[in-house]
Amino acid sequence: MSAREMAIATAAGPSRLNRVVIYGLLLIFAAMYLLPLFVMLTTSFKSLDEIRGGDILALPADPTIQPWLRAWGSACIGVTCDGIKGYFWNSIKMVVPAVLISTALGALNGYVLTKWRFRGHKLVFGLMLFACFIPFQSVLIPMARVLGQLGLSNTTAGLVLVHVVYGIGFTTLFFRNYYEAFPTELIHSAQMDGAGFFTIFRRILLPSSAPIIVVCVIYQFTNIWNDFLFGVSFASGESAPMTVALNNLVASSTGVKEYNVDMAAAVIAALPTLIVYVVAGRYFMRGLMAGAVKG
Amino acid sequence: MAFIEIERLERSIGAHNILKGIDVSLDKGGFLVLLGPSGCGKSTLLNAIAGLQPPTAGDIRIDGDSVVGLHPSKRDIAMVFQSYALYPNMTVGQNIGFPLEMAGIPKAQREADIATVARTLQIGHLLDRRPAQLSGGQRQRVAMARALVRKPRLFLFDEPLSNLDAKLRVEVRAEIKRLHQQTGATIIYVTHDQIEAMTLATQIVVMKEGEIQQTGTPAEIYNRPANMFVADFMGSPPMNMLPGQVAEDGAHLIPEAAPDTPLPLPAPLAPGRKVVLGIRPENIGDDPTGAVPLRLDLPVEIVEPTGSDVFLWLRLGSALLTARLPGNAQPPVGAPYPVAFDMTRAVVFDADSRQRIA
Amino acid sequence: MATTSPGALRRLQDWLPRLVLAPSFALVLVFVYGFIVWTAVLSMSTSRILPVYKWAGFDAYERLFAQPNWWMALKNLAIFGSLYIIVCIALGLFLAILLDQRIRIEGVLRPIYLYPMALSFVVTGTAWKWFLNPGMGFQNTVRGWGWESFTFDWLVRPDMAIYTVAIAGIWQASGFVMAMFLAGLRGIDSEMLKAATVDGASTFTIYRRIVIPLLRPAFLSAVIVLAHMAIKSYDLVIALTGGGPGNATELPSTFMYSYTFTRSQMAVGSASAMIMLMGIAAIMVPYLYSELREEKR
Repeated sequence: MSAREMAIATAAGPSRLNRVVIYGLLLIFAAMYLLPLFVMLTTSFKSLDEIRGGDILALPADPTIQPWLRAWGSACIGVTCDGIKGYFWNSIKMVVPAVLISTALGALNGYVLTKWRFRGHKLVFGLMLFACFIPFQSVLIPMARVLGQLGLSNTTAGLVLVHVVYGIGFTTLFFRNYYEAFPTELIHSAQMDGAGFFTIFRRILLPSSAPIIVVCVIYQFTNIWNDFLFGVSFASGESAPMTVALNNLVASSTGVKEYNVDMAAAVIAALPTLIVYVVAGRYFMRGLMAGAVKG
Repeated sequence: MAFIEIERLERSIGAHNILKGIDVSLDKGGFLVLLGPSGCGKSTLLNAIAGLQPPTAGDIRIDGDSVVGLHPSKRDIAMVFQSYALYPNMTVGQNIGFPLEMAGIPKAQREADIATVARTLQIGHLLDRRPAQLSGGQRQRVAMARALVRKPRLFLFDEPLSNLDAKLRVEVRAEIKRLHQQTGATIIYVTHDQIEAMTLATQIVVMKEGEIQQTGTPAEIYNRPANMFVADFMGSPPMNMLPGQVAEDGAHLIPEAAPDTPLPLPAPLAPGRKVVLGIRPENIGDDPTGAVPLRLDLPVEIVEPTGSDVFLWLRLGSALLTARLPGNAQPPVGAPYPVAFDMTRAVVFDADSRQRIA
Repeated sequence: MATTSPGALRRLQDWLPRLVLAPSFALVLVFVYGFIVWTAVLSMSTSRILPVYKWAGFDAYERLFAQPNWWMALKNLAIFGSLYIIVCIALGLFLAILLDQRIRIEGVLRPIYLYPMALSFVVTGTAWKWFLNPGMGFQNTVRGWGWESFTFDWLVRPDMAIYTVAIAGIWQASGFVMAMFLAGLRGIDSEMLKAATVDGASTFTIYRRIVIPLLRPAFLSAVIVLAHMAIKSYDLVIALTGGGPGNATELPSTFMYSYTFTRSQMAVGSASAMIMLMGIAAIMVPYLYSELREEKR
């Protein structure tokens, strides 16, 4: 217990009732936050008959993985009935290069903007930073035209380009703020020892950058995986990412509505980011904070 | 021609002049201390010599060749930083070997050099550790080892002791002095600590607001300060300053604080001139030999024993003077105490220009 | 750091940092600022299904503001945005203060409150769409328990559907706001609170008079972040209501998309995008400017 908590505890007095109320409220809220996930999961293991009969809050009476298999392999999205697996891989193929490229560029940019400052470095950073926050609607039409002219419409490569371009601002922000606190004396010392621009980056900064690289990769991964607007605007067909496919699956009005399959697909779409969140929640949080509370 | 020559060096950022025409020269094997309060430009000057911050005007020559515009690594200079600047991801051995590695020296040779310098600084047992596992004093030694291993023609030290505790500071200070004497290296050293400057330097440059106030040996700086700033900056407790007017006879000072107590001046001056008399605490005190002519009985206001000395705060009219007595003295507070003023050691400044005139 | 000297190599060394930064900066200049200008030009043209560069002045803006649909979108944004911001902050602060009472299971609860932030809006929308489905979801379940008259059909009621968007949005973001406040609470100097306790302040007074005023920066950040997310909200509406029923949950973001890509009114769509940009800029520019100014070297 920290000294500060002690102080508050003393002031509150050792009221048992208070504690019970506080714990009660916290647990009720926890249940409310968990409810949608719970409903998604239970629904995805129920048969359609059970769903129609039933209690949305009940556990599956006769659990089945059939909806998951259908969602993955044979659910109909648009005119094809191959499930979401192809779109899942589309997302992977989009996310991996986009995250790697934007992180690498962000690291170099952050290095230059903190350790090799030049006249106007603040303006450059300010322009890159504001770019993170624009509503993407204001670049949607030109982007669609340019992707078309580059022959990148409806391709994963096109989406990679888009996500790199609109991700640089954030990755630069992460690395800039991290390297800002990195002692400049180390850079000076390495310069005097004869190290050049890239040697200093590779030998001095990069080995100390693991935490921010993790933060940046997780942030970018989550953002790009979860993106919908760019996906639906620039890659709506066979090359659509997972989020777009999920929406198409859920919104399609042909045939019998298979809620269990929808939910299984939704869980599959959520799984990669949820796993990252469970495994590295601390870094996930740091990324969100850094993205929210600037410099 | 001196080994290091700095001529009319200037650096300004926008309208702000950080260095306003600095001239310094240093012979080979010398130990130059740049001394001054924070913001005086001493670190900027050091960085300009290192090549980390370019000057806006002037020249820096090492061994006759201008180094302005030369990359830091091409100047054959090593620097020890205030924070030590040890690379956190490398071991001590890799840290020391880094400048050699950058210079393309083969591994076998590097290891031999690292071993030699580690022996000199007694850090051989630390070579496999990382900087985070070292104490402050050990980090300091590693930083010095990394500088020494290159055998550069000039060493720069940027406040290297300021992150150490008081006891360690004295130890490392002695170590630096020993290294200087052993290797005969040429050193430029920045500090704001006048004790460090006095103990280490062969030559001190006192700076203030981007200008040199005085250049000289430690004894010159201490005993014959060029102006009131230097006089006040050197010595702890600081020099007593008594503003006043030169008396009709030209040989006495009428202090503003105590017009009834004329004090003899160290040298005759024009009558009526406004001056400031400066006298160090150690020149006011007991006089067992009885050779000092000026004695005054002054009331004791505060007694500060430090162990080795006792400092007295004495009332002279509206002014307080500090006097130094041996550590065993036990003067009573409140009562007058007889002290001798060694006026031959006093200095006099012009009240307007603040320059020393006697 | 850059020093001048003869020699091409040296000059390259001087320019290297800028050369490294240049591609990224160029991408941002072209793909962000260039494209914004491009969109602005389109918004002053006669473009319909394809871009046409024929000057039409503010014609598209006039047509935009003559659209009942656009006014609907603005009204919905006002409802959704203000609920989203106010409830997220109230709930986030409440949870943060509760969690700050040395709760033994904090390590378990915190991730539970925060996990929705890791989900895609599309997943959130899908889940809530199912949960709020009047025929098979929550309403049906409660009726099954015996409360036959229980009704919760906001999702399909034009006058209430926008509130379901707010509910789902709050569910997703309030945990994040809680974390922001919790970080702020943990940053408060404990000695000050001890002093207040010694001075005889009650827990409630300590929070009201000392702690909450000290959280000002967290409030500011939360408002900025939430306002920015509210204006950009698109996926959530699409997945949850598809903008319906009818146009009941139209937001500027969905308006822009449908007018540009499905209704062939590119100039009007561009005009709406420019209005959105101005809204965001009005919030973000002063904030970023003050943040960048503060960090003095």
